[in-house]
Amino acid sequence: MKDQHLVTLTVNGREHELVLESRRTLADTLRQELGLTGTHLGCEHGICGACTVLLDGEPVRACLVFGVQADGREIRTVEGLADGDELNDLQQAFSRHHGLQCGFCTPGFLMLAEAYLAGGGSADPGEVREVVSANLCRCTGYQGIVEAVTEVAARRREQAAKAHD
Amino acid sequence: MTEQIGRRVPRKEDRRLLAGHARFGADVQFPRMAHVRVVRSPVAHGTVSRIATEAARAQPGVIDVVTAEDLPADLRIPVRLHVEGTDPGERLQPVLASHTVRYVGEPLAVVAAEDAYLAEDAAELVELEIDELPARLDAGSGDDEVVADFGLGYGDVESAFAGAAHVARLEFSVQRHSGVPLEPRALTVDYVPATGGVEIFGATKVPGFNRRVLAQLLDVDESVIHLHAVDAGGGFGVRGEFYPEDFLVPWLARRLRRPVSWVEDRAEHLVAVNHSRQQRHRLEVAAAGDGTILGLRDDVWHDNGAYVRTHGVIVPELTLSMLPGPYRVPAYSGRVRVALTNKTPCGTYRAPGRFEGTAAREQLLDLVAAELGMDRVELRRRNLLTPGELPHTRAMHTLGTELVLDSGDYPRLLDRALDTVDELGWRELVARGRAQGRLLGLGLSLFLEKSGLGPHDTADVEITSTGRVRVHSGGTSLGQGIETVLAQIVADEFGVSVDRVDVVNGDTTLQPFGTGSWASRSTVVAGSAVRGAGRAVALRVRELGAEVLEAAPEDVELADGVVRVRGAATARALDLAEVWLAAQPGSPWLRDGEPAGLSARHRFAVDRMTYPYGAHVCVVEVDPGSGGVTVLRYLVAYEVGRAVNPALVEGQLRGGVAQGVGGALLEEFRYDESGQPQCTTFMDYLMPTASEVPAVEIVLCEDAPATTNPLGARGAGEGGLTGAGAAVASAVSDAIGRPAMTGLPLDPGSVLAALGTVTGPAAASADGIP
Ligand code: FES
Ligand code: FES
Repeated sequence: MKDQHLVTLTVNGREHELVLESRRTLADTLRQELGLTGTHLGCEHGICGACTVLLDGEPVRACLVFGVQADGREIRTVEGLADGDELNDLQQAFSRHHGLQCGFCTPGFLMLAEAYLAGGGSADPGEVREVVSANLCRCTGYQGIVEAVTEVAARRREQAAKAHD
Repeated sequence: MTEQIGRRVPRKEDRRLLAGHARFGADVQFPRMAHVRVVRSPVAHGTVSRIATEAARAQPGVIDVVTAEDLPADLRIPVRLHVEGTDPGERLQPVLASHTVRYVGEPLAVVAAEDAYLAEDAAELVELEIDELPARLDAGSGDDEVVADFGLGYGDVESAFAGAAHVARLEFSVQRHSGVPLEPRALTVDYVPATGGVEIFGATKVPGFNRRVLAQLLDVDESVIHLHAVDAGGGFGVRGEFYPEDFLVPWLARRLRRPVSWVEDRAEHLVAVNHSRQQRHRLEVAAAGDGTILGLRDDVWHDNGAYVRTHGVIVPELTLSMLPGPYRVPAYSGRVRVALTNKTPCGTYRAPGRFEGTAAREQLLDLVAAELGMDRVELRRRNLLTPGELPHTRAMHTLGTELVLDSGDYPRLLDRALDTVDELGWRELVARGRAQGRLLGLGLSLFLEKSGLGPHDTADVEITSTGRVRVHSGGTSLGQGIETVLAQIVADEFGVSVDRVDVVNGDTTLQPFGTGSWASRSTVVAGSAVRGAGRAVALRVRELGAEVLEAAPEDVELADGVVRVRGAATARALDLAEVWLAAQPGSPWLRDGEPAGLSARHRFAVDRMTYPYGAHVCVVEVDPGSGGVTVLRYLVAYEVGRAVNPALVEGQLRGGVAQGVGGALLEEFRYDESGQPQCTTFMDYLMPTASEVPAVEIVLCEDAPATTNPLGARGAGEGGLTGAGAAVASAVSDAIGRPAMTGLPLDPGSVLAALGTVTGPAAASADGIP
């Protein structure tokens, strides 16, 4: 018989109880079990980063993590970024800087960048370029992505500094 | 409302893509959906003696296993783009191989199961007995299966060469690589019991053509096949052509009478989807002592892989027809032999034939300049066609159209590119680096593109109940932003913003006459159709509005989405929703026999292409120890005629450069001596990351509006890629002090080999830009 496990995943703040086969990846779990198809699969072998989600705040490749490994943990996906209809600052910056074309890589870049920004990432374009070189984009040439993340890093640091004062 | 055309309007596509609410092929799911896995040949060439499916069938959850025996006999996929005088005959790809397999990855069987994991398990249990045959892997090896051998040209080439002061020769090869969009292919097909028809999600590029082929292969009426618009994760020429799976998945849905989903994995994609680019050129140019080109010859071997697919031999044809580029070439002759090999079949990849031909030609010109001791720029300037010489007819046909270079100012574009390079101080940058003993080089390439291929496209525009403008276009959304561009074009007809416009692309029921998005044609051809339909609806809105306002049609105007009597600021005005209401059946404003609704269909036809052009300039550094090449600076100058949305044009160019840098330095499908592909993951097929792609300076020129369409637009889908192999090769050869490189990719091995014959840092080039 299949090995099935009862797991609890908290996705974008909402708790889900699921019965999962142990080999089912987190990416397939999100996409098929929960209908969260914003997480994309570009390679299923850990290189392209299109499947990047945050697991307890850390960026992971959801194609390389099994759903059962996320039991009891917090997952954040691209669907959790906007506040209702209002896109967040990073999403808006991607649009402004033309950081997406086909948009297939975009959820992965957004989640990767969210983790970088949450860690107080610097607004140095060179450093941002290095961070985003973890993921692949075939359409944009990366320029808009680097510009968007750099701009938001600067703005969020400013806000953090103000909040500190 | 200010004009929308020409503005950097934010993209309509972005919101859904950023929110994770887009719908790609694999996102479409139905209850009771069967999942399909394709069993592919593990050998490059062989005779199939047995396919045993019993073990796979016995697996729990397996619904069906299908081989060629289960299909109608000898189903082959036809050519979409035919080249006159060629006949692929027996070498069209079968939907499933039966007796012979001809490349690793060729489909042999299909497994359907309740779940994708189970389908994959069962596929591994399909037993294949194949007697291996020797694999043919190189074109032009002397033992070739040549499927087409043809020439293009004009003028008296023999005399040009006979009388020339100088003849330069270059052998130049381009490696096998391809588009590799980030989203693998995916098809979801729902079965419609009432009609036996299918609803198809995920085939994006040429849905009209695909529907026709599928209807023929299934032997059904086209009307029971409905291809839906979905988002697509990049096209680049390869996505959306009719592949074996485009038959198999709908066929299975009908056989099983239930929805079927097929999602390609990356390893499959890299062996199944069209490869491209692999060519070897033997070029010769005849020149006068002052560098004037007298004649040009090229002899090309084109490695087409195992079959002739939907593109037929159009890539070799484009290679030849576009080879003379933006130059005055009085006599030209090109010959191409298209050879079949036991590798993945080939098709188009963004800038097909031009990426390859431009790299070969531009390196040849660098070589002539070096041999004549001339400045590379000067040589090019001397031979560029001048505005006075345009339109310029070359006695050749390409893509079934006459080759007439429409209009333009090539020398001016070159000046604008070089002036910008001067402003940016790139020559000094190179000089400084060299002074420190580093191997820096500056490269330049000029190119000619083509776009706006007809023969036609059709669009429908209608006004909806809340006064929105809805477009059903024949283009397809592959990520290029065409929804936004078409919205901008139609918005201006009503004076509204793009927020009031909805665009549906690539739905075969909403737009049965669409001809798809490829060949940099959508802005030009679909855009012109949309403009025509929008204009017709706007006219109807004014007419009916005038009726309601009890004014003469010529006295009303339509601006800001409102019809009002001209000059009468206080008079009653009607918004689009009110005019829509007046057009409903039963409305007192509709005359007898007048159709209800506010809609129009427009067909835009054009028999010629428009030819954009441009220049690429880059600075590279070569690491003499490793042979590694780093691209430090990059510039593209491009004549777009008229940019409907400059931000999107720049995005197209930047994205093209990234792919071009990949093609110049990194990407290659390699095979071992038995024909086993060596690049089936992203660990082996290297696409550039943000670390390898530099920021790109853009000089966007709108100096020469196209004369072949009412928008004046020239396509922009490919020019970012066309000159990239050439420019990078030019820069590398400059950095290491060679007159020309002999092929792509410029990977560490080939750069080290080229370096082996020079000592120390390159001597500075004789001229300023090399
Ligand atoms: S899909 Fe997970 S890294 Fe590519
Ligand atoms: S936008 Fe298409 S892959 Fe990044």
